[in-house]
Amino acid sequence: MNYAFDYGWLFVYWPVLVKGIGITLELTLVGGVLGVALGIACAWARALGPGWLRPVVATYVELIRNTPFLIQLFFIFFGLPALGVRMGELEAANLAMVINLGAYGCEIIRAGIQATPNGQFEAGASLGMSRLQTFWHVVLIPALQRIWPALSSQIVIVMLGSAAVSQIAAEDLTFAANFIQSRTFRAFEAYFVATAIYLALAIALRQALRGLGWTLFPKRTAR
Amino acid sequence: MDEFTTWDILRNLLLAARWTVLLSLVSFIGGGLVGAALLFARIGEGRIGPAFVKTYVELFQGTPLLMQLFLAFFGLGLFGIDVPAWLAAGVALILWSAAFLTEIWRGCVESVARGQWEASSSLGMGYLQQMRHVILPQALRIAVPPTVGFSVQVVKGTALTSIIGFVELSKAGTIVTNATFEPFTVYGFVALIYFCLCWPLSKSSQILERKLNVAHRNH
Repeated sequence: MNYAFDYGWLFVYWPVLVKGIGITLELTLVGGVLGVALGIACAWARALGPGWLRPVVATYVELIRNTPFLIQLFFIFFGLPALGVRMGELEAANLAMVINLGAYGCEIIRAGIQATPNGQFEAGASLGMSRLQTFWHVVLIPALQRIWPALSSQIVIVMLGSAAVSQIAAEDLTFAANFIQSRTFRAFEAYFVATAIYLALAIALRQALRGLGWTLFPKRTAR
Repeated sequence: MDEFTTWDILRNLLLAARWTVLLSLVSFIGGGLVGAALLFARIGEGRIGPAFVKTYVELFQGTPLLMQLFLAFFGLGLFGIDVPAWLAAGVALILWSAAFLTEIWRGCVESVARGQWEASSSLGMGYLQQMRHVILPQALRIAVPPTVGFSVQVVKGTALTSIIGFVELSKAGTIVTNATFEPFTVYGFVALIYFCLCWPLSKSSQILERKLNVAHRNH
């Protein structure tokens, strides 16, 4: 192999990378928060919601979990305008990430809800709480605490999966790498640097979520 | 300009879906073989093996599959080989699947109770004998549902190979869209075909989990 690696372009193109990192983080933050919120709503609907809502949510979850993120993205960005729903690439990227995380989050959170001992629902009812109140005040937080590690991993997976949004020209980190390689012809180096940044982001995000877990769920002794 | 009927669209997509299926099979089987080798290094004695596999898994699970595909595509090219898209796609997906499968299987092996190792070593069995007669028969039973479940991830993962130019279902979707200007119909069909490939796998994984999960039934 006589190939001379050249990372000199970093001095010129680092602002492009920084901008890409910013957009990837922004997408992850919005997608993560809204996706978890959607996941909680769907988990409630599937585990405790009205009878007619359960099959609807189940269908949504199965559809999303059994199709590739890339196709969901293309369907939203290229397909929906046929129905008159038009949006920019960042909105489409965010929407796809929210819908995707919502479906996976639903299944994860539902597992947490179903692990709640029945006595907690009965205790809530005996205090005169409605089923929704019991869910919100009694069941939800311990349920989230139980599945927080799994949910964190899923958020990291969504962050890594967001690399695909470069395909609808959302200017994330992968888009930045594509841009740089098209200017410098240093394809391997550009993707190598981007990959290293993704790895650092994944490790940092995992730590941040672990920290968030400690803040959200301070040690509870009762179990 | 030719008119495209719905059947034309569907027929072309189904023809391309063969490549999705083939690439999924190659990646899953190849990934399984590499993953099994990594598993033995991971749970074996010694220092270097487990540390290497740990790093390997961390690298492949901590970076986007798309980046791995790009690096395989351009990285193999550095050796002066003219890299066809299918080769890069196959290599990247095999290595990626191996990382996930080895981690899944490690969990299964470790879920076999510690006492089983001790009991078999007290019978004078060596490492390979323990694996062959005691640990693996139990671990395999636990491993089947999550392994089948992971195959869904492999099928979905192949969609990304369209980006490095491998013509499978997703790429065919883009090509057909560019010819017909009917993205809603085309991507709808593409999604439907992926669903038909993945859903039976997901479902059988769930059913297998219920059937095989004898140990945890009385939770």
